Amino acid sequence: MPHQHNPATLRAEVNRLLAEGAPDAASRLLAELWRREPGSATASFVTSRVDQLRDKLPLARFKLAILRSFTVEPIVPLLRAEAFTYGIDLEVHVGDFNAYVQDIVDANSSLYRFAPNAVILAVRTEDVAPDLVREFADLSPEVAHQAAARVTRGYEQWISSFRQHSQAALVVHALERPTHPSLGVLDGQSETGQSGLTRQINRELRLIAASHHGVYVLDYDALVARHGSQHWHDERKWLTARLPIAAGHLLHMAREWMRFVVPLVGRTAKCLVIDLDNTLWGGVIGEDGMAGIKVGPEYPGAAYQALQRALLDLSRKGILLAACSKNNLDDAMEALDKHPGMLVRSQNFAALRINWTDKSQNLREIAQELKIGLDSLAFLDDNPFEREQVRAAMPEVTVIDPSQNPLDYAAIVRDCPVFERLTLSDEDQQRTAMYAAQRQRAGAEQSFQSKEDFFRFLEQEAELNPVSDLTLARVAQLTQKTNQFNLTTRRYTESQIAEMAKHPAWNIFSIRVRDRFGDHGIVGVAITHDQGDQCEVDTFLLSCRVIGRTIETALLAHIAKSAAERGCKRLVGRFLPTKKNAPARDFYSQHKFGLVEKNGEGSLWSLDLTRQQVPFPEWVKLITAQGAHD
Amino acid sequence: MTATVFDQIRTMASDLFGVPVDQISAASSAQTLDNWDSIQHLNLVLAVEEKFGLQLSPEEIEQMKTVGDTAKLVESKLQAAPR
Repeated sequence: MPHQHNPATLRAEVNRLLAEGAPDAASRLLAELWRREPGSATASFVTSRVDQLRDKLPLARFKLAILRSFTVEPIVPLLRAEAFTYGIDLEVHVGDFNAYVQDIVDANSSLYRFAPNAVILAVRTEDVAPDLVREFADLSPEVAHQAAARVTRGYEQWISSFRQHSQAALVVHALERPTHPSLGVLDGQSETGQSGLTRQINRELRLIAASHHGVYVLDYDALVARHGSQHWHDERKWLTARLPIAAGHLLHMAREWMRFVVPLVGRTAKCLVIDLDNTLWGGVIGEDGMAGIKVGPEYPGAAYQALQRALLDLSRKGILLAACSKNNLDDAMEALDKHPGMLVRSQNFAALRINWTDKSQNLREIAQELKIGLDSLAFLDDNPFEREQVRAAMPEVTVIDPSQNPLDYAAIVRDCPVFERLTLSDEDQQRTAMYAAQRQRAGAEQSFQSKEDFFRFLEQEAELNPVSDLTLARVAQLTQKTNQFNLTTRRYTESQIAEMAKHPAWNIFSIRVRDRFGDHGIVGVAITHDQGDQCEVDTFLLSCRVIGRTIETALLAHIAKSAAERGCKRLVGRFLPTKKNAPARDFYSQHKFGLVEKNGEGSLWSLDLTRQQVPFPEWVKLITAQGAHD
Repeated sequence: MTATVFDQIRTMASDLFGVPVDQISAASSAQTLDNWDSIQHLNLVLAVEEKFGLQLSPEEIEQMKTVGDTAKLVESKLQAAPR
């Protein structure tokens, strides 16, 4: 057995490690306790220990406000414990009962004083639209329509008002349809019944959300349906404690919120590394052979096909797949490419490690090959020994525990919040193809005498444009996700970027790169801020898959030139070191910037634009909105 | 079985009221434990319902005055409706 502790000794062990001042070990066991025994009592233990550990661990701080029309207090500890296992220190503010309208419209409310990073608006249908729930059978169709329109207008006003006062993300619970419509089956016959009007409000709500940046809808009906409406609701708790959700489902509410919180914090996985035998297919290829492994449309092979469909859906969201298996390469490749039941083929994997080396070493190599951090990897393996080995060797990796039953694998992958994305860019959808092109490029690079020859051979084009509505989501996403080549590591939401873009002193550029092997999409962002005759680089970042091919120089040359054209005399920029951005450390000195000052926080660099410029690399073709230059 | 239900509820009480398990007895109550307030009482109810797959009525929740009472209540509910 990989576990040496039962839950009772785990608690004692956590306390001992805390007393001894071993925060990392205590944190690992605390996470294990939560995985094995998640629930209301354990949550209290976990959150009280997290409060002792929070300053000693590299947790991401995040402030979440919950505006509500029902009791959420018992969900908060579950949410905080769950967040802790994703490396998030969640501070939660709960608004007063049914005070959400005042909280939103009053610029001085406790909501805005809390300065949240994200807000959840959790309101029940009967509170926001009482006419549509209680006296519905009395309403004429016109009056019912007016009632629905009033609800929609309410949402519109609250959301616009919220955006005037805050740049935080907003997650709005969509309304739940009545489980027992007042007119019975008759309600299902028209679009103007209770269910129809609730659906209509939800449709409008989605349109309102889509017209604002950083506003998202939580499909409450779908959540309840997944768990079964009869089981989800607890009428007695509603009447006695204003708690509408049954005890056994509070955790599911918390987990649904986590599917928004995890991507908002940026604790997402960029790659899922998956085992093959008994994970991607049933059986062991080396022993059972092509005819013996289970994968196909019939049970039990169907369970593995369902998982493979879930994996392909991850690919479509831009999450890379990698395979890591202890196997003979030829056996595994034959199954991957020739087995008639397989839906996922070897070309769907951005990296393959099929060998007898231990998995943590293979995971390290996969991260290097794909140029992503270990904390961007998720790992799925049926073998508990492999999972524990990876957990112990690299706590940064998200290790997914599949259940004993392969029929659950697909749902476990689909429900895992590290794979959630709140927006999807073209780049996300093309990513696997881009990595395949990357492998060809790496092959080409080795056959050239000089770097310059290779650069010319690449035929790179850089498209440099000011941020627009079309690129806003991607620009914000890059500021949130880029860790390595990032000079200041300032994270911005879509609405913050949109706000900045309105001010003439701020210039926000995105860079899109193409070369002879393919289109990289938008891979870099520079944000500058004019202050009199000085232009300061607020943000400068580049996705690491294009670093080292002078694209960074092209981007810098462009902002220097455009600052000079606006009449700026100096271009200044800071380098703020983090654990991860060493690749960007020498960037300013390499481009002849002079060091102005250096302190504990970072260094400040300056270039005299009246005497110097940054030459644009000759082998990169520049394309701007005005047309092509050389 | 008796010891198991009581032990499990003791662990829950220890988690919820922030007191080491060995300092919790059958007689422990809102009078003896500082953190046993109305919110934590609700959390105890929810933890019991979740753990043992039960639904407790308002009258039954009223009976949960001590850790021992709670264990007795759970045992009788489990016997009445064997799962």
